[in-house]
Amino acid sequence: MQPESSQANHARDEVVLSVEDLWVTYQARRGTVKAVRGVSFELHRGETLAFIGESGCGKTTLGLALIRLLPASARVPRGKIVHWCDGLPCEVLTMDERALREFRWRACAMIFQSALNAFNPVLRVWDQVLDTAQAHGEGNPQVVRQRMLELFRLVQLDPERVMRSYPHELSGGMRQRVLLALGLLLGPQLIILDEPTTALDILTQRSVIEVLRSLRSELDFSLILISHDLSLAAELADRVGTMYAGALVEVASVWDAYYRPHHPYTMGLIRAVPTISGARQDLISIPGTPPDLIDLPPGCTFHPRCPYATAICQKEEPRLEAVGVNHQVACWNWQEAVRDQGARLAVETGI
Amino acid sequence: MAPLLQLVDVERSFKVGRALVRAVDGVSLSIREGEVLCLVGESGCGKTTTGKIAAGLLHPSSGQVLFQGQDIWRMNRQEFRRFRKAVQIIHQDPYASLNPTQTVASILSAPILRHSGVHSRHQARQRAAELLATVDLTPPEDFLDKYPHQLSGGQRQRVSVARALTVHPTFIMADEAVSMLDVSIRVSLLKMLARLRDEMGMTYLFITHDLAVAKYFAWEGRIAVMYLGRVVEVGPTPELINHPLHPYTRALLSALPEADPKATRSKERVQLRSLDVPSLLNIPPGCSFHPRCPLFQEGLCDVQVPVLKAVDSSVEVACHVVTG
Repeated sequence: MQPESSQANHARDEVVLSVEDLWVTYQARRGTVKAVRGVSFELHRGETLAFIGESGCGKTTLGLALIRLLPASARVPRGKIVHWCDGLPCEVLTMDERALREFRWRACAMIFQSALNAFNPVLRVWDQVLDTAQAHGEGNPQVVRQRMLELFRLVQLDPERVMRSYPHELSGGMRQRVLLALGLLLGPQLIILDEPTTALDILTQRSVIEVLRSLRSELDFSLILISHDLSLAAELADRVGTMYAGALVEVASVWDAYYRPHHPYTMGLIRAVPTISGARQDLISIPGTPPDLIDLPPGCTFHPRCPYATAICQKEEPRLEAVGVNHQVACWNWQEAVRDQGARLAVETGI
Repeated sequence: MAPLLQLVDVERSFKVGRALVRAVDGVSLSIREGEVLCLVGESGCGKTTTGKIAAGLLHPSSGQVLFQGQDIWRMNRQEFRRFRKAVQIIHQDPYASLNPTQTVASILSAPILRHSGVHSRHQARQRAAELLATVDLTPPEDFLDKYPHQLSGGQRQRVSVARALTVHPTFIMADEAVSMLDVSIRVSLLKMLARLRDEMGMTYLFITHDLAVAKYFAWEGRIAVMYLGRVVEVGPTPELINHPLHPYTRALLSALPEADPKATRSKERVQLRSLDVPSLLNIPPGCSFHPRCPLFQEGLCDVQVPVLKAVDSSVEVACHVVTG
């Protein structure tokens, strides 16, 4: 396998989703929570883009915003989400109810974190499949059944048995795969996966990862992967976006993100995770804690934790700038950080 | 040296409806003083139950728990009290394990006043401040009067560690102590726990589902792998990680996704015969891994339960097929 070259495969340049300067805020009693701040990115056909970051960095809110499933307390003060279907742009944020229903599931499906809660516990899988299909205008049970049987086989489930089962009769990994298959029912071009393997055991995780990989090569959809788990992104992503305090701070190919990160936060994250292969490496931790999204530090939101911070970092927030092919970073001092390969991060500091 | 803590053929069953679930089935482990023993396995393998039995929180259905050679369930009250003080526990969820209505100072002072021979509130507060410094919550004055909800997850977990240290334990049972923390702060907590081992000679039973964390934390110690209530392999961490013997350990290590795209995409995978995890209500006969095991031998593995056998001076494996 030549991993470094395989990234060229998806570069068919056809953009399926483009997001421009997206902001999402929540109104809380204490003030305004800025959960997503000025996120822009493009997703290409067949590409897998992973958003990584710690809890509370806004990655799930971003995912929800993409299909307009935000809770009522959320607001989108600014931004544009354009979904390209058959070469025509569709503005997601201004769609009416009917267009939105068409867009959700048929064009774009989101699969949520907790596979148990996603099902109605008193309905058999088949009934839920049919419900979904009919709600989205696919009325012929025979057609739906055929398609579903095929999808269940694709995700390596015993189709007949699963159809007849109630959700509680399936294991966690099976439920996750049923959800995957259900998400694919109407043939969406875009799938959003929020922490798809988080609650699963290692061996089950592996089967879900392999299923995702084979589905992707067979059905050719684009994938947005939201996860705090850096190893999942390492397995599946073509490109990786690092999120911090609601903003994208680095976007790079998976190889650049893991082997040549430019943002001190990405560097820190990657060196905080132990691996099994190889010798026992020295790990580092990032001092401090992620900021309060209501009361963000001025300038670069990472500056209170950053060993490379200088005067400008406290005043002005850096924007994403191109630092290489398909590689963008939002940091005033990335050159310095790259020069000493994040050596300053390794200095032992308290919490 | 005699082990500090020893589990001898420990078994524990729970009633679930009319059925009996055997959560822990014949586990024998020993932990030397100052050693780190990591217990790893997937959910439902009995690692938490084993930990609770080791810490004296659960009575085993059969078998013995020996602390410094003494059966803890045959101790008199005074001895048992000493055992309770020597063994402390750090729980998984720092949001649930600290009383939300008390300040850090009072959370720490209560055990100090009760157990450490300190009788004035002022002295207890001073001792609490020292302990906060020990767990890197500095300056301590900033934290003493805070309530748990004013602290981050990592800071709370440090307070739980400080609370465990109030009674000068020699042994800490940490059950998934870092799994709820964000990656950027996980490492600093692990480093702090390792420092306690180096400076105070602390002994750990460290329970985790994360093999990479186990490798990092117990590199000088040992790992025991559990599957459906039984220990299937024990050995020094570097050996177990680099040369796993039991097919289950091999499958786990080969299946584990890693934060390294090249390594994780080119890893050779152990193919299992089945993806289904058997229910604890219906544990397969013989070796409980046999329905999934790629090395399965009919008439042997599905009939006879393999016992944990020494392969060399330090590694033990419970497998009929792999014997060294």
